[in-house]
Parts: sequence; C-alpha cells; structure tokens
Amino acid sequence: MKHETPLLDQLETGPWPSFVSDLKQEAEKRAKNEEGTEFQIPVDVVDDLIGVLELSYKHGCTHWKHGGIVGVFGYGGGVIGRYCDQPEMFPGVAHFHTLRVNQPAGHFYTTKYLRELCDLWDFRGSGVTNMHGSTGDIIFIGTTTKQLEEIFYEMTHKLDQDLGGSGSNLRTPSDCIGQARCEFACYDTQDLCYELTQEYQDELHRPAFPYKFKFKFDGCPNCCVASIARADLSFIGTWRDDIKIDQEVVQAYMGGEIAPNGGAHKDRDWGPFDIQKEVIDRCPTKCMWMDGKELKIDNKECTRCMHCINVMPRALRIGNDRGVTILAGAKAPILDGAQMGSLLVPFMKVEPPYDEIKEKVIEPIWDWWMEEGKNRERLGELMKRQGFQKLLEVTGFDPDPRMIQEPRSNPYVFWKEEEVPGGWSRDINEFRKQHQR
Amino acid sequence: MEYEEAKQKIVEGLQKKQKVKSKFYFNDLAKILDEKPRVAKKLINQMITDGVLEYWSSGSTSMYGLKGAGKQAGAEHEEASDKE
Repeated sequence: MKHETPLLDQLETGPWPSFVSDLKQEAEKRAKNEEGTEFQIPVDVVDDLIGVLELSYKHGCTHWKHGGIVGVFGYGGGVIGRYCDQPEMFPGVAHFHTLRVNQPAGHFYTTKYLRELCDLWDFRGSGVTNMHGSTGDIIFIGTTTKQLEEIFYEMTHKLDQDLGGSGSNLRTPSDCIGQARCEFACYDTQDLCYELTQEYQDELHRPAFPYKFKFKFDGCPNCCVASIARADLSFIGTWRDDIKIDQEVVQAYMGGEIAPNGGAHKDRDWGPFDIQKEVIDRCPTKCMWMDGKELKIDNKECTRCMHCINVMPRALRIGNDRGVTILAGAKAPILDGAQMGSLLVPFMKVEPPYDEIKEKVIEPIWDWWMEEGKNRERLGELMKRQGFQKLLEVTGFDPDPRMIQEPRSNPYVFWKEEEVPGGWSRDINEFRKQHQR
Repeated sequence: MEYEEAKQKIVEGLQKKQKVKSKFYFNDLAKILDEKPRVAKKLINQMITDGVLEYWSSGSTSMYGLKGAGKQAGAEHEEASDKE
C-alpha cells in the first residue's frame, strides 16, 4: 500500500466485514488494472483516500473541507463538492466530489445496469460507491471537477439515468419493493414513487426549499424503508376494511403443518407454535381471540401493527379496501432531536394520476413551509414551532381523534370563534358585573 | 416583477452585503425581491442559467452567491458543519 495505516488495519480485526478491506481491495485493483481501464482520475485515488483517513484518525479531526460550488449545468443538487485540506500529501483526493444517482424505484435493476454504472465510475471516478445507505440512493464517492459533466452526459444519454437530489432540494424519493414482489403492499409504491419523481423534477434539481425534504413510500405498515422515522412525508399503505382470515390455514399453523413467519425462525427449535402466546397475546390492542376453533379479530381496534399477518401470512391477509396513511414531519436529529412522523391523513385512496395526494397534501405543505420555514428548518420543526393545527389549516384536513396519541396529552386543537355557532364575543362590562377583577 | 428589475435588485442587494458574507439562503433572496417563494424561484433560476448567480452546496444545505464572489474551494470550511 502507498501509505502506512496501522490504525485502519486495526479496524479490520473486528468480527464484521470491514470497509477498510474493501478500500484496500479497490486500491489494489486499480494499481493492477487488469481490465486495462483508462483511468480519468489519479490511479492512486483510493490509496490516498485510505491515507487521509488514517491521518484523520491520528489527528482526531477531519481533513475534508466543507462543500463547494461544483455541479452540472442546470442542476443545483446531485453533486457535492469535497476537497481535501492536505492536497500535497494526498494529491489523489485533492478534489473528491460526490455524486448522487437516482436509484431505480424499489432498487430493481439488472446486473447489466449495475455493471454499466460501475464501469462508468471505474473509468471516470474512484470506483468507490455507497449503495443504498440511509438515504436509499446510489452514491458515487470521489471524482474531479472535470469529470462531472462527462459522467452526467454518459448517465443521462447512455444509461437513461438521472442524478438524485442533495442540498435544499426534494431528495431522491425512495420506496419499498411494493407490489412487484410483496403481498402486503397496499398500493403500487413504485408507480407513486416514479410519478412523483417525474412530477417534481424542478423541486428535485433546483434548490429553493429551506432545507432538505424527503418522500418515502412504504407499501404496508411493516415500513421496510422506515418512512415513519425519516421522511418529511411518509406514505404508508393500509386498508380500512377487515383482515381476511382463512380459518383452515389458521388451524394448519396451529397444527404445525405450516412454519410461522414464513419459516424465518426454523433454524432453532422454539417448541410447537402457540397461537395464544405468539400471536393473540402479542396483539398491542388485544383485539384478537379464539372462539372455539375460530380466530376472531375486532378489526375496528386493529392498529395495523402487522404482527399477526407477519407470523401467519398464509392465514391472514391485508384487507381489500386499500389506500395510504400519510404522516408528516419525521427527521433524524440535528436540530431539536429526532422525530417520528405525525399522522396527517388517516386514509386516502391511491389512484393514478395521484392528483389528490399532490394537490391536497404535498403542494399546500410546500407552500406553507417555503413561506414560513426558517433557514435549515425541517417540516417537523416548523410543525412543532407553529403547531399541528396550523398544518391542518394549510392542508384543510379536519382534526381527527386518530391524530392524537392519547386523550388530554397533546391539546393542539383549539376552536376559533368563527367555528362555534353564535361565536363567543362578550361585553366585558357585562362580565365584570358578575366577576371581580 | 420583470426579470431585469429582479436581477438589478439581487445584484445590488448581494453586493451591498459582500463584505459580511458571500453566500445566501434562498429565503434571503426572496426577501430582497419581496416576492412569494415560487415567483422568486423562477427569477432566481433564470439568474443561475444566465450566470449571474451560482449555487453553493454543503451537501445538506444549498446557498446562492454572485458568480465568482467570495471564498471558493480554497477556503470553504467557514460554514457551520452539518450532516448530509
């Protein structure tokens, strides 16, 4: 290796696969260049990346500067400028910009597509990628300014692939695999994700928001893309009729003929399946019981925790009257701590071209946040600052008991005079006749 | 608002503050124009296309500046550090 890395070497000794080993492997691959790639950025870029990281560990501080003006023409996001503050020592990473690639919906791609992306990145970048981290998108880590337009041209003209969002933009919308492979999906997550990505291209590429804004689409409350915890607007599939029960199959689970949880726990002997212990007693609202040999569910009490359906997927199925629940304001901690989404729309049908979602939910919220949001304030922080009632006002949704976690704990719904028949104006002098100051 | 008038307002507004700072949030520009965000966005986008303004991004936050103004790649670490 080009640089001595005793501190990084130690990271490789742990029990988990190490990114240090991956980087060393890539550095070696570039040095050997068995495929004869005509590298457009320094061959030893990964060596220098390892070197600067080792130095950061030694100094206990970063050697990356913060941000930059680099980008591709017409786009205000998708490229993040990164420069090293030790360019003489590590010339390979003096300019080391990041690109965000809009991942295909549901992370569905062919190996051919993946290979083309990697070949492009080996040729014009460092070869180092971050596939679907917490953002969900594809991140190309490290290239020089000169390569940016070239990469953008290749991606958009040859791979039919756009850049993703970064900065104060709509971020690359992210969704679960949805109805393509999952029987729990209550709406077509991929179609909604794709449609909104196309509709809001301007918001994705030209930053004019106070800060980042994320959509995430989960087909069911299992929340495989964790929209409830991370998206400013989370779209979670649900149903409003009854869970479908096949009583014969329930008996088959109880008799041990079908493995619970799709056989996910069969590597260890957990004893015979006990429906009382493993399903009924685990129901958070206690809305299930056995009536003789029949499993009963009081559906109006169901909170869609999905546990019973996950344990017995062949016996219990999502209802037929399907749609989406929309929550607003989730975010990770930077200002004000982490927040989960707050329920805004208990149920809405999901039907193309999704005008109701666009016009009643997304756009009124953006108008409010763009006007009232402070610089670097997420939607969830604005909701806290101005109140949930304000969000209801701007979107026009009526307050609903399902928006409140428990009675009397968050009294954010106040009546206004014009909402009360007869109002409540009073003559203060009349009042004072009966009440002392 | 006409584009030329908006451009003049933005250039003058930003030049006036040049000694204090060279990067501005979108809201700062909308305030200079005294327009609603969506109207301001159209005008500001045009200024980007025409090369009057340029984007600056930390990764998590985007800002705008007069093209070529202020400290660039050499000294961009002054902005508050944040998470992407």
